[in-house]
Amino acid sequence: MDFATFLIQTLNALQYGLLLFLVASGLTLVFGIMGIINLAHGSFYMIGAYLAFVLTSATGSLVLAIVLGIPLALLFGAFLEWALFSHLYKRDHLEQVLLTYGLILVFEELRSLLVGNDVHGVAIPAFLDASIRLTEVMSYPVYRLAISVVCIVLAVALYFVIQRTRLGMMIRAGNDDRTMVEALGININMIYRVVFALGVALAALAGMLAAPISSVFPNMGGQVLIISFVIVVIGGIGSVWGALVAALIVGFADTFGKVLLPEIAGMVVYLVMAVVLLWRPEGILKKG
Amino acid sequence: MNPQASLILKLAAFVALACVPLTGESFYVEMIAKMLVMAIFAMSLDLLVGFTGLVSLGHAAYFGIAAYAAALLSPKYEAANLWVVFPAAVGLSALAAFVIGLFVLRTKGIYFIMVTLAFAQMAYFVFHDTPVGGGSDGIYLNVKPSAAIGGWEPFDLSNADHQYYFILAILLLVYLFLWRVLQSPFGRVLVGIKSNEHRMQSMGYFTFRYKLGAFTLAGALGGVAGFLYAVLFGFVTPELLSWHESGNVLLMVILGGMGNLVGAVVGAFAFEGMRGVFEGWTSHWQLLMGGVIVAVVLFLPGGLSSLPGRLRRALQGDEAK
Repeated sequence: MDFATFLIQTLNALQYGLLLFLVASGLTLVFGIMGIINLAHGSFYMIGAYLAFVLTSATGSLVLAIVLGIPLALLFGAFLEWALFSHLYKRDHLEQVLLTYGLILVFEELRSLLVGNDVHGVAIPAFLDASIRLTEVMSYPVYRLAISVVCIVLAVALYFVIQRTRLGMMIRAGNDDRTMVEALGININMIYRVVFALGVALAALAGMLAAPISSVFPNMGGQVLIISFVIVVIGGIGSVWGALVAALIVGFADTFGKVLLPEIAGMVVYLVMAVVLLWRPEGILKKG
Repeated sequence: MNPQASLILKLAAFVALACVPLTGESFYVEMIAKMLVMAIFAMSLDLLVGFTGLVSLGHAAYFGIAAYAAALLSPKYEAANLWVVFPAAVGLSALAAFVIGLFVLRTKGIYFIMVTLAFAQMAYFVFHDTPVGGGSDGIYLNVKPSAAIGGWEPFDLSNADHQYYFILAILLLVYLFLWRVLQSPFGRVLVGIKSNEHRMQSMGYFTFRYKLGAFTLAGALGGVAGFLYAVLFGFVTPELLSWHESGNVLLMVILGGMGNLVGAVVGAFAFEGMRGVFEGWTSHWQLLMGGVIVAVVLFLPGGLSSLPGRLRRALQGDEAK
């Protein structure tokens, strides 16, 4: 592998890992704070991608679509938490699995009814539609770099919100001991709603950003969901930084697995997970 | 329900199932044969979910592995020997469950759910991405296995009625076997693990071994169902291992009410029946199915088998819950 190929694959791995982090961070927060296993999280990624497609077709601009799409995703998340998930906190994991599995079927069929089952492309915004030349024959698209930058900015913002603001303090406290937080007079239900809406919006944003690269297609959420599960397992439930580290590990393992071991590329990520499980069954960054 | 009435009801249901081929409607014979296969599958998962308290979201892997084994171990244009391929396919599923169990049983709760799903997905990719079993196109089982022992052939699986009775007999055997297992000290320990694993450990039980035993046994019985599925339809695709199948079988167990072998059978019939009805109405049947699932979780937390009790209480005006 020459240097240019290596550089391109490294950038791809970074971009893929960071995008997965957006999806997995919401998943791990919802697990850690609300104790809910949400199989429908991948559907939010799918919904985001289709929102990008529909809104870009309507407005003619992906940036505008994202600006419009994020508030919609936040509202959708808050609504779902209010209507469905708030009934699940006291139930066991099995019922959470079932309800969210049912939701996947509903979301996929609604998608099929509203947009159809075709594969659609989404145009890259004109100002990002360029590539940087690396060698005579190889170049790297600016749009992928832009995704990485947006994801890094979001990761830093997430760090700031969770570590440096009053809301973040409450979220962290809720992650440790929800009864105590309630006893201190904090409205834990409001925090749940905010966290859930945030998770939905992050997953949807990941879908919107990925839409021009991967195009939008049926069942695109399922694959992302399972990879996100792997990330949460590797990183440790509830740990946002564990999710970041694990997402990058998965991004690199998957990207370089496809280059170096194409025969078993689909399995590399799961092998990594199996090794981590043998080494630390609670994930690499699990506290205690 | 008192034990005698329950036994009579079970016998009546069994006799009714045994009468299905007498109708001569080959469409219904195949449909109910599929339900029987799914019922075996659901019972195998119920051993984990309902009796041991292990929520596996990757049970389709063992179903699919045995189904692939059935197709791959059979010669292309002649019949394999049923008494060789059947145990071999089930043995492979048991082996896979044993190895995967060594990993996944190190985890608990939410982790266990996610890790079983991830390992099943890995098995899915083995068949989907590599040429082992025809890739994403799947593979045909052209000729059904022959049941001949020496020169004597007790039944012929290519005869739809014989095949139906074979599946029904296996269902009965699996039911009786699991019922017996649950009465045994081993089964008692599993139920104990479900209600309080720490207490079982403090009583001196090495619970990991018992859970691994249950996981392997459930995988083997899931393999029984997978093998029968491959024989029944003669066609195997990677989708048999997909997590949608794992979700569907979990749903059957819950619909029927967990920790109840007959419930698992009822759940499988209810699920497949619902699917049949919804598919008849609309191509968007999954929307209705999803809606039913969400409604059952929100409004009927005990499954369909809790309905009679609920109705009785409602009729008696009993407010106690």
